[in-house]
Amino acid sequence: MEYVIEMLGIRKQFGDFVANNNITLQLKKGEIHALLGENGAGKSTLMNVLFGLYQPEAGIIKVNGKEVKITDPNVANRLGIGMVHQHFMLVENFTVTENIILGNEPTKGGTINIKDAAKKVQELSERYGLNVDPYAKIEDISVGMQQRVEIIKTLYRGAEILIFDEPTASLTPQEITELIQIMKLLIKEGKSIILITHKLQEIMDVSDRVTIIRKGEGIGTVDTSETNPIQLAEMMVGRQVTFKTEKIDPNPTNVVLKVENLFVTDNRGVEKVKGLNLEVRAGEIVGIAGIDGNGQAELIEAITGLRKVKSGKITLNDKDITGNKPRKITEAGLGHIPQDRHKHGLVLDFPISHNIALQTYYKEPISKGGIIDYKKVRTIAGTIIDEFDVRTASDMTPARALSGGNQQKAIIGREITRNPDLLIAALPTRGLDVGAIEYIHKRLIEQRDNGKAVLLISFELDEVMNVSDRIAVIYDGIIIDTVLPKETNEQELGLLMAGQELSSKQSKGGDA
Amino acid sequence: MSSRTQNFLVPIISIILGLIFGAIVMAVSGYSPVDGYIALWNGIFGSSYNFGETVRTIIPYVFAGLAVAFAFRTGLFNIGVEGQLIMGWFAAAYVGFAFELPMIIHLPLAILAAALVGALWAFIPGILKARLGVHEVIVTIMMNYIALRSINPLIAAVTDGAERTPKVHESASLRSDFLQSITDYSRMHWGFIIAIIGVIVMWFILEKTTRGYELKAVGFNKNASEYAGMNVKKNIVLSMVISGAFAGLAGAMEALGTFNNIAAMSSLPGIGFDGIAVALLGANQPVGVFFAAILFGSLKNGGINMPNEAGVPNEIVSIVIALIILFAASGYVIRLVLDRMGKSKKEVK
Repeated sequence: MEYVIEMLGIRKQFGDFVANNNITLQLKKGEIHALLGENGAGKSTLMNVLFGLYQPEAGIIKVNGKEVKITDPNVANRLGIGMVHQHFMLVENFTVTENIILGNEPTKGGTINIKDAAKKVQELSERYGLNVDPYAKIEDISVGMQQRVEIIKTLYRGAEILIFDEPTASLTPQEITELIQIMKLLIKEGKSIILITHKLQEIMDVSDRVTIIRKGEGIGTVDTSETNPIQLAEMMVGRQVTFKTEKIDPNPTNVVLKVENLFVTDNRGVEKVKGLNLEVRAGEIVGIAGIDGNGQAELIEAITGLRKVKSGKITLNDKDITGNKPRKITEAGLGHIPQDRHKHGLVLDFPISHNIALQTYYKEPISKGGIIDYKKVRTIAGTIIDEFDVRTASDMTPARALSGGNQQKAIIGREITRNPDLLIAALPTRGLDVGAIEYIHKRLIEQRDNGKAVLLISFELDEVMNVSDRIAVIYDGIIIDTVLPKETNEQELGLLMAGQELSSKQSKGGDA
Repeated sequence: MSSRTQNFLVPIISIILGLIFGAIVMAVSGYSPVDGYIALWNGIFGSSYNFGETVRTIIPYVFAGLAVAFAFRTGLFNIGVEGQLIMGWFAAAYVGFAFELPMIIHLPLAILAAALVGALWAFIPGILKARLGVHEVIVTIMMNYIALRSINPLIAAVTDGAERTPKVHESASLRSDFLQSITDYSRMHWGFIIAIIGVIVMWFILEKTTRGYELKAVGFNKNASEYAGMNVKKNIVLSMVISGAFAGLAGAMEALGTFNNIAAMSSLPGIGFDGIAVALLGANQPVGVFFAAILFGSLKNGGINMPNEAGVPNEIVSIVIALIILFAASGYVIRLVLDRMGKSKKEVK
């Protein structure tokens, strides 16, 4: 079998830090080859070497059997290597076609020949079933569609080998299914794919072979058909991983959060939450399942005081908190792990220790008479950093420099340590690797075992099924049904999430 | 290379590079760079008079720099230091000549008046930004012109139509016989002590107080600050007010130190605009601003001597000074080069 790409014994280091050591990756023609590793294992470094952004200290790269030196991305492009980046490189107010030809504009008599380019984009779109309108503006199309624009961009430039960097990170479940079909079609048409990911299920679903790297070292390559998620996880993390979250039966007591007939509008004035009712009791985890955009974000923002409530009532610990300011709600007993940790959860330019003080900086013992005691900030943060296993060079390292998992652990540590009666966890494991996910789930369950109420919002069905004690399915701004994880399955949840009410109404979880 | 040696080395290399390029400009234009730089040196340190004048020039730059830097740290661009300075200048001059009080009350009162009026002038763009989302750059620029066009009628109103106010009473003056006598009757005044206090105050607010933590958090990330229960709008207004108070103090230095009065103006004094450069040069850090103001003020005052002593025309002097400041400001480029040479660690994913 011939290899289209061979990376043999690659080594790349930055200063004293070895990012890649003796890694070998061989890509066969027409296969989907997964590259698996935890955050920070060196996946992106390896791909940046292949794409010409970094030069390796040792090792050779062969394309179609011939040794090559890839000195910059243009060389990679010429060799037929294209990259679909995790964070799209698109100009928002340009059309699809304008974005695709950017930097490589076809000209005719001094003007850009947009018509021909659009035609070519249309052809590519049809051939690979991408369904992209060449004249649509980027800002008007969905994230999934934007990703397909990125795919066409590489194809337009003649890529034979496509690198997908964490392609499903920001996609909805439907978009993921579509992407998998597209990838299969690309293979059928003779392209080869490297898929960078740390999601095991994706690998099992689409890939032919998997290369695993751990802490910069190549661990090996296995055939997907001869492995299973548990083995892959062990190879990736280097220890045994439990997938089923262990937990005792819940013991729900008094109602901590009560949402009654809540209406909330989004920034454009569109009603997003439309008469929602929900109850969360002490000692239970209620999971909100639903497809992104059905009012989850507005619901959380309303509860936490970040968004105005149009009408309805929110009660926390028997206190009416409707329309209160965030600080007042926090002090009434709320902990909040926000959906977007960079936007809301952290001041990225602050040291991590100062970030850990973000909710308590104004109170004793940190603040006295308007003077903040940074020594206290650091000692308190130090304990949280230790206890929650936040891996950071120092407590004064800017939050920006920490990996996503460690940033999230710092936020969770900050929120849990305040011992809130209600903890809202919005997409708490987004973008994190198996080890961090496992840890965060354990912490959430621990809260509930300590008699606290937890409200979990997630787009991942696995997470909702595993962690929650009750699942409230949100659709179009209301909770259309509440089910128990033991008595439901993914198909049923999928139907509910799509707005199909079940014929045999099963509200066993009480009226939520 | 450790970051401490770098912090020390970068400004020095920058300034040397600026001097080299300034020398090239002088040489190409047919003037002796050696004579030019000797004249510059003499203009700064050459005589006790020149040195006194240099210190005098530095003082308002410190306050103007602090004003701009403080707003920057909270994510605001206060381009209106000019206007706040003019109003502060007027307030201090008015309190200085209109009242007769013992010095222990009069001088602090005049200084306080300048800070208050400067703060009030900055409160307007602050409240407009917080309440209505009007961009502070537009409003502060407009406020500069409102200050400029109101100052002459104001002076006329308090002096029965004169073009300048009377000198402030001695009880409100920062000048001292002692400082004048050791600097050959320069206009050096006690303001330099107030400037140092200003630097300490800014450092204290930002690094020691709970409010400073909030102001910095709002400056870096408004969303996270709101999530943490901070009142973002209140912090925006407060930041502008504190910034304006520093600007007003710059005016007080002119009113109570340099000129001892305020005279009619036909154009903006320019110290506030230079304050933007001082703040950026000082990386918006209080101590950084202090040193940047020293560099700025020294070059400004030293440059005056270059046409007389070395025959370098004013235009070339401006270019040379601009080059030195340009290089000092682009220190991050030099940092980058040092980083490359030291092959320091990059962010690894």
